Amino acid sequence: MKKLLLATALATLAGVAAAQDVVRIGTEGAYEPYNYIDQATGELTGYEIELGNELCKRAELKCEFVQNAWDSIIPNLQSGNYDLIMAGMSITDERDQVIDFSQNYIPPAASAYMALTADAKTGEGAVISAQTGTIQAGYIAESGATLLEFATPDETVAAVKNGEADAVFADKDYLAPIAKDSNGELQLLANEVQLGGGVGIGLRESDTELKEKMNAAIQSMKDDGTLNAMITKWFGPEAVTF
Amino acid sequence: MFEYCSDPATLTGLKWLGCFLTTGTHQNFYWSFGTVLLLLAITAPAALMFGFLGATAARSHLPPLSLIGRTYIAAVRGVPDIVYFMFFVIALDQGIEWTKHLFVCPDLSQPVWSGLEFKVCPDAKVPLATSAPIWHKIYAFGTAVVTFAIVFGAFAANVIYGAMQAVPRAQLETAEAYGMSQAQVFRRILVPQMWIYALPGLSNLWLILIKATPLLFLLGIQDIVYWARELGAAKTSGNNPYPHGDWRIFYFLGLLVFYLAFTRISEIVLGRLTARLSHGQATAAGEAMRKAAVP
Repeated sequence: MKKLLLATALATLAGVAAAQDVVRIGTEGAYEPYNYIDQATGELTGYEIELGNELCKRAELKCEFVQNAWDSIIPNLQSGNYDLIMAGMSITDERDQVIDFSQNYIPPAASAYMALTADAKTGEGAVISAQTGTIQAGYIAESGATLLEFATPDETVAAVKNGEADAVFADKDYLAPIAKDSNGELQLLANEVQLGGGVGIGLRESDTELKEKMNAAIQSMKDDGTLNAMITKWFGPEAVTF
Repeated sequence: MFEYCSDPATLTGLKWLGCFLTTGTHQNFYWSFGTVLLLLAITAPAALMFGFLGATAARSHLPPLSLIGRTYIAAVRGVPDIVYFMFFVIALDQGIEWTKHLFVCPDLSQPVWSGLEFKVCPDAKVPLATSAPIWHKIYAFGTAVVTFAIVFGAFAANVIYGAMQAVPRAQLETAEAYGMSQAQVFRRILVPQMWIYALPGLSNLWLILIKATPLLFLLGIQDIVYWARELGAAKTSGNNPYPHGDWRIFYFLGLLVFYLAFTRISEIVLGRLTARLSHGQATAAGEAMRKAAVP
């Protein structure tokens, strides 16, 4: 009987070990420069892809990125189609009730409005576009402005260009390169808002062991400065670092 | 792709366009046409089979079988497609993994479903986390085919059921008078004659199926509409070798041409099929053909 128990315990351990060899990471692939598709090669790339691979190297795991639509990114994590979410997901209390988060790998950063004119209104009565299910969409819904939701970040910007929305509300790091590229057509507004507790890795609540490994890996990157270097590389010198 | 594409910033005009249209993302876009066509090629016969079985079951004289057939048709037809594609696939996937879990997992004491989480032991994952990405793709594609086949099969079943009822009773009675058994009547008279009545309804379904493929992205498969959206989306100059504005309109126009051409070809083929199936049938079209053939 003892032997049998021991064998079962060993088999269970072996099973856990085998599973952790390959960790699948879900991402959206449409949120430059966080995660997006490399135009030349058609592969996933971006800050989170580079970071994810580095974290896995430090945690001695083999990782594989999987693309998944933003809408269903949490249900598919819970259903076990992948084990981690790295998709520019801000740590919020609401999400923390259904999934778990690692410590943040992007410090709490500003969300900004972008509009056609610098004096566009954003408060009561304005129409603001934001991506469905984001922290920004939640903020607009409560701010009194009319919320116009889209499935992808790109569509939220397009809505401003074609006049459907007065302004778009998103992470400043996402909007800044677009504003810079538009030659003055699109402008970032001065009233920035601090939302959420930064961006972290989303995990299933039961995966405590994996969470600790990722936390340790993030901490080691924070300690030796490589995380800050990576943030500066992808988000530019003005970006907030740790 | 080409040598001179290595530095896109220096290119202009047609050269730039040539390089732009052969980037990795564009090649993925072109391949996704193949994915969609493959899905249609597998799903259409599978849905037809589900439809045929469903209709046959619904017509059965055995009450339990008839109930199964009718329930299938009513249940699937009554549920919105998008609900089916969101929840049925997750349920199917979890069902497969749960069944495997019962056989391969050493420790069954932990609950599989706890709250919103679904957790089976690593060995019970389908496909295994360690398998190559291609297997994950094939599995996702397989579940998509099954889901499409079940949904469209229910509609096809209703069409075929109606078509079977439409075959003139006199045809069947004549066969019975010749001494054929029920099975023989079904096989030799009913089935060959019902296709002409089913064809208009089935051709509708086919055209709807062609246009339903964007639902694939809900299932994690990147179809042509996903890629058109991704490629057409504005690209900033920082990280992209080929920056451009919002070009979705061009890609969607391309898709429009593809879909129009595809439905036109389908219509031509279906028209020929109708003519062929009308031949010698006890329908108005069949009668007209008979009269035309008589000198």
